Amino acid sequence: MESLEKKSIEYRKRILKYIYKAKAGHTGGSLSCVDILNVLYNRVMHVGPSNFDSPDRDRYVQSKGHCVEALFVVLADQGFFPEAELENLCQGGSHFIGHPTRKVPGVEQNTGALGHGLSLSVGMAIAGKLDAKDYKVFTLMGDGELAEGSNWEAALTAAHYKLDNLCAIIDYNQLQISAPTREVCNTDPVADKFKSFGWEVIEVDGHDVDVLEETFRSLPLTAGKPSLVIAHTIKGKGISYMENVLKWHHGVPSEQEYEQAQKELDDALLAL
Amino acid sequence: MNKEIKMGKANLEVFSETLQQIAETNKELLVVTSDSRGSGKLVPFAQRFPRQLVEVGIAEQNLVGISAGLASTGKQVFAVSPACFLTARSLEQIKNDVAYSDNPVTLVGISAGVSYGALGSTHHSLHDYAALRAIHNMVVCAPADNVETREAVQQAAASDHPVYIRFGKRPMPILREDVPFTFGKGRVLREGKDMAILATGETVHPAMDAAAMLQESEGLEAMVVSMHTVKPLDTTLLTELGKKGMPILTVEEHSVNGGLGEACAAFLLQGRHHNAFHIMGIPDEYTVTGSQQYIFDHYGIHGAGIATAALELLNAAEKA
Repeated sequence: MESLEKKSIEYRKRILKYIYKAKAGHTGGSLSCVDILNVLYNRVMHVGPSNFDSPDRDRYVQSKGHCVEALFVVLADQGFFPEAELENLCQGGSHFIGHPTRKVPGVEQNTGALGHGLSLSVGMAIAGKLDAKDYKVFTLMGDGELAEGSNWEAALTAAHYKLDNLCAIIDYNQLQISAPTREVCNTDPVADKFKSFGWEVIEVDGHDVDVLEETFRSLPLTAGKPSLVIAHTIKGKGISYMENVLKWHHGVPSEQEYEQAQKELDDALLAL
Repeated sequence: MNKEIKMGKANLEVFSETLQQIAETNKELLVVTSDSRGSGKLVPFAQRFPRQLVEVGIAEQNLVGISAGLASTGKQVFAVSPACFLTARSLEQIKNDVAYSDNPVTLVGISAGVSYGALGSTHHSLHDYAALRAIHNMVVCAPADNVETREAVQQAAASDHPVYIRFGKRPMPILREDVPFTFGKGRVLREGKDMAILATGETVHPAMDAAAMLQESEGLEAMVVSMHTVKPLDTTLLTELGKKGMPILTVEEHSVNGGLGEACAAFLLQGRHHNAFHIMGIPDEYTVTGSQQYIFDHYGIHGAGIATAALELLNAAEKA
């Protein structure tokens, strides 16, 4: 089996390829969350093209919908659709738009406006409890997104209903579109906030695929409580000049930058 | 007045009873409330079907988002909350999580329009038709009486797509039981050749009163249509009225901006029909407060007021 580390690098190459071609995309965030998606889809979730219609499938809702390039690349790799379709990313009339849409096979829910994924996931998790099903619900959120009040309504409800079949993941890269999250509207301490709401919280290295796999396989963190995984990540991870640099929130590389990025990733592959 | 019209229950009560009837056989039916089971007359439902009621507390955004998530798993979900909060605070969840993702949630706006009259503008919903009409993939329905409410709830429960239903909380008369109800098709409750009164929701009853008065005092025959579905509009019926050139008076418990009247006017004009036309509703001003009836009376939404507006419209049409 191909190693997760190798997959992560290949996913990064494809994310950059399609963003570069489309001249649009959320580069930094897609690079920060892709290891999480890699582990979920390749090691943890029971969902794929063969069972996407099954009521028993695990569910993934991407609340931070703008980092859709990472999701599309991973869904293509899972066989939901041919990767060549991503050549049409953000082109007129394409289903491969800048946010998740159910017109793309494998996408659970249309998202894009922040602060929606957790409530949707709570609904799915309540249904799972009502029907005594074993599926799990995962949702990926941004740390900047936590300023949306609707998240806290959903956080209350998740604990109230003891949704231990729900796992929220925060792509904690500490940068948002205009400045570091702490400067825009400080959402720290995230762990303490969720703990006080009745969640079980764990903080992990969001780029360590082994740790991520071990964490997700150990869910629920505590029986009877929703789980929050705060994944410490680096925006722009994997490309030297993009890491922790604000402009790469939705920056598109020039030809020279693109070639350098691909070379860095090729070197990383060789170094494995 | 229509002395023969008998009083029924509040549409709210019929809604609750109908949901209980459906829940007896449909275990996939779920009611989601935002601390609104009392005001939604859903306490009996909660007692009979405790596993089919999900309470989310006073959190309307969450109410709609959770409802969409539940519906995505195959549940038939009724999200119940006062119309004022449901269609304003959670508008983005309605737009994205329900309509855009096409999750089959029935949004039920209780105590709609000015039903909470004396509580003031925070509790009025005079914007909901306008807001939801502009969202793709949404049926917008205001049943007039118990018959329409029961049918609307049953048909929404059988729908695979989003529906919005709104009604008030005071007892409503039974207008007609012999005219079938389908979303998107106006119910002709009274035939007439001189003009048409198109009313929706709880203004249909005073429109019927007005038609009776016009006949009694003026010998005029006014057609009355319950336009229970504001979207999709019954364009077949409107086209017929357009071709006949009948003067049209619309009546609604909604702002005159963006509701039934403007929807009908836009359709007619774009079809090159230039009927004499007038919209009755709540004007664009700070709404007076008082009971629903007080507010209706203030704005002339009663039999005599609608009859007067109808005569003015007919006079204007003659002069033109």
